[in-house]
This record gives sequence, structure tokens and C-alpha cells, in this order.
Amino acid sequence: MQRVLIANRGEIALRAIRACRELGLDSVAVYSTADQEALHVRSADEAVCIGPPHARESYLNVAAILQAARQCGADAVYPGYGFLAENPVFAAACRDEGLVFVGPGTAAIEAMGDKAEARRVAMSAGVPTVPGTEGKTSLEEALEVAADIGYPVMVKAAAGGGGRGIRVARDEGDLADLVFQAAREADAAFGDGSLYLEKLLVDARHVEIQVLGDSHGNLVHLFERECSLQRRRQKLLEETPSPALDDGTRTAMAGAAIRLARTAGYENAGTVEFLLDRDGGFYFIEMNTRIQVEHPVTELVTGVDLVKEQLRVARGEPLSVTQDGIVMTGAAVEVRINAEDPARSFLPSPGQITVLELPGGPGVRVDTAAYAGYHVPPFYDSLIAKLICSGRDRDEALARTRRALGEFRIEGIHTTIPFHLELLASEAVQTGDYHVEFLEQSHAGSGRMPG
Amino acid sequence: MTERTIKSMLPGTFYRRPDPQSDPYVSEGDEVKPGDVVGLVEIMKSFHEILSDAEGRVARFLVENEALVDAGQDIIALEPT
Repeated sequence: MQRVLIANRGEIALRAIRACRELGLDSVAVYSTADQEALHVRSADEAVCIGPPHARESYLNVAAILQAARQCGADAVYPGYGFLAENPVFAAACRDEGLVFVGPGTAAIEAMGDKAEARRVAMSAGVPTVPGTEGKTSLEEALEVAADIGYPVMVKAAAGGGGRGIRVARDEGDLADLVFQAAREADAAFGDGSLYLEKLLVDARHVEIQVLGDSHGNLVHLFERECSLQRRRQKLLEETPSPALDDGTRTAMAGAAIRLARTAGYENAGTVEFLLDRDGGFYFIEMNTRIQVEHPVTELVTGVDLVKEQLRVARGEPLSVTQDGIVMTGAAVEVRINAEDPARSFLPSPGQITVLELPGGPGVRVDTAAYAGYHVPPFYDSLIAKLICSGRDRDEALARTRRALGEFRIEGIHTTIPFHLELLASEAVQTGDYHVEFLEQSHAGSGRMPG
Repeated sequence: MTERTIKSMLPGTFYRRPDPQSDPYVSEGDEVKPGDVVGLVEIMKSFHEILSDAEGRVARFLVENEALVDAGQDIIALEPT
């Protein structure tokens, strides 16, 4: 493995190019015609145009990406996040082509991508899942199970995912109506009307465990990331350690993540997501079979370069770290700076960045592919920069995040920086007492953060 | 007789239908009034409705389905009813 094609764009493509360079690997960027002026194109050792702006004709175009790999003599493919990163057909196509796919085995991607199957694997690994039906369900069984676990419950489409195909039933009457409606909708949307039932956990937190595995049977965890601050199921601020985990729960959750990964035969980097309730109970929700956007917070507190580990594992080497050698030091916070206008319900704000001044100083990292003069295209994700700050403790990391956001200057487009300054000033963030519905509830109506 | 136009406030990809299986929101000859949905713009992975800000009859479409549009670009020409 010597020449890695990076099947992505933006900051994560740049992140992968940097990891390749540090390991002495050549990098090849791919780009759509909308990204000719993008930084990842200039930064890579070689760049190949793979099609028009629309992602389905370029970054989602398997044939075009494989053709680019052949053309430039790449022997590996790094998928990043989004686009084709969790697509088992793409992983298999790369491997059939003789390319190293930097990620887990195709079977693991497939199993974790099917929500009902992932739930079944978790149960068989002794990992707690959200109370509900074991698999697909009928109305009779749904009513029986719901009476047993208590309302409210979520009716979910087995073929859904990413927040799609979810309905909430508050009582028995609700559920009877919803099951028919949800089955019809799921059939129309996914071509499969099967449903399963999960208890709706109120005021729960979203906490995830980073795992890393190699082809030599080594499997380690790198502690947790707290990701409860979400808007419409999109994470906006992540931190580690979670303000809500005690040592006992942390150890138990990490152990559960390792058991699931081992049962799934997992290699490379992955993330096991859990809901954590107020009593310290935790429940598996899903596993992401790729690098996460928020991976840098883990890197800052452990000193492990996750992307380089991914590349090492892909070329058959053992992990460079052992479980005993992974220690969490201090705290880290990430805020996502999106090209959106928080004053106008987060309306997308593409366009030219006229001024860009990045923050610096102690404990500050910025992952971005933006530059002054760059046109943020309207075709892709709105993420333009990640600000990640670390400190000896949570207070110092938060103070640095506030200080660095104050230094950040982006002009020409709207960004979520004003929103983050307000969020960091809120009592909920200062005390760490928040949950997954917090932003929806506090932003309903007023658009303002509570004290 | 002056023609009015309906503009897209956002740049992105213009769609005439809510999803590929559905009928177009409006077609030539249809009457529209303020607040009617006449199209969709996809931008940064999210979809935004284009609303008519006037009353009239759809004379013609000034952009093709799935075409790229700029912010403020004319989408539909209206004629008085």
C-alpha cells in the first residue's frame, strides 16, 4: 500500500492527506467540477476530476471513483465520513478491484447498516439495547410490548435510519393509528413496511465509544464522546469526557462496545452509540463503521492519531497502541462551524468567504478546508470548519473554545459562530446538565438560548 | 400587460416535484396565489420550498427541472388571470 485515493472532499479529505503524508504514503484527491478550486485538490499529490457537481454523479459515483483509482495507480481507498463511507457495495467493489478499502470488513459494514440486524448482534453480545420488540413486529405484539415497557414508544422502520421513518406514540390509541400509517409510509419510502418498536427514553444523553481493531485480533477502546447537543439529529457540539459518566458506567459502556465489536468481527475504526438515561442505564442504538466528524476530541485527550491508525491497520500492521497505553488526559470540546444562518432558522448560507482569520494559541486546533476567497458550494454538507480545544480540565477547554471563537473571523457568509457563543454561555453547557432534546426545546419559538 | 416572476431566494438545484413519484407542484396554465408552493430548491443537503409571492397564471417555466439556480433567479413567469 503506497498510493491512497481519498474518496471524499472538504476538511476530512485534507485530514486524510495529512495522515498519508506523515506515513510516507502518496495521496490522490478526487473532485467534482464544483470543487476545482478546493484545497484538498491542491494539497494532494495528484487529483482526478470524477464528474459534475451533484454528488450522485461524482462523490457517490462508484464507477467514476474506481476509474480514477485505476487511472492514477492507487492501491487503497480512504472513504472518510458521509458519501460512500458506509456503503457495503462500494467497499466490496473496491476489494473486488484489488484495492485496500480503509475500513472494516464488508460483512461488518452490512450487518451494522441494517438497524434490526445490528440490534440483534448487540443482544447476542450481551449489550443492552433500548427496551422494545426483538425484531419486526405486528400491531398485536406492539400493543403487548408497549403495555409492558410503558409509553411513550417509538415506531421505527426496519429499513430506515439516520432519523428517517420514526414516529412517536404517546398511548395505546396513538399506537394503533400509527402502526398502520407508519407501515404504509415505510413501504412507500423504503419498499419495506416492516416496523419495530423501541421505548422513547426521555431526557437521555447521546454518548458514544470509539473503538479500534486490527487484523491481529487486537481491539481497544478510546473512551467516550458526549454528543447530546444536537439540532434535528445533527450534532453541533461534542466533548470528552462526558460530564454525565462516572468511572463505573464508563468502564461498563466501553466493555459493551468492545463486546459488540468483537462479535461483529470488527477491524479498523468504529463508533458504538448509546443512549444514557438519568439513572446511569445505557442502551445501544447504532454502530458507525467509519471515522466520525468529532474524532479530534478523542485525539486531543488520548494523543492517538485515529486516521493514521486506520491506515496502519489497513496495510496489515498491528495497532500502535495497547489498551493499557491509552490514557485520557484533560478534556476537549469540538464545535461545528457550519455555513448556516442561526438567526434565520439555520438557513444554508453558501457563497464566497471574503475574510478568514483562524484562531490559535494554546490548546487550539482547527480542521478546515476553507480559505479567504473560497466559494462554499451549495451542493454539499454545510460544515466548513471544526474548532477543537483542549485543556487540563473541562473548564479550561470551554474557556479556550469561547476565547478561540472570539478570535475566529469569517466574512462573506453566515456561520454558526454566534450560535456557539450563545450556547457556550448557557447554564446547561456550563454545568454540563443537558440531554438530546435540549436544543430543540430551548430553541422552540424564541430562537434564543435559556439563561 | 406586465409579466411578474416568482424567484428562488436560495441558490441550489431546482425541482418541480416534491419527490420523483409525485406530480409537479404547478404546471403551465395553473393559477397560483400568494403562499402557494411552486417548487423546491435543494441546497446543502436540505430542501426548501419556493412560495409564490403573487397571484396569477403560470405562463412558463424559466428554468428546467433539476437545473442549478442562483439566489434571486427568476423561476416562473406569471401572467395576470
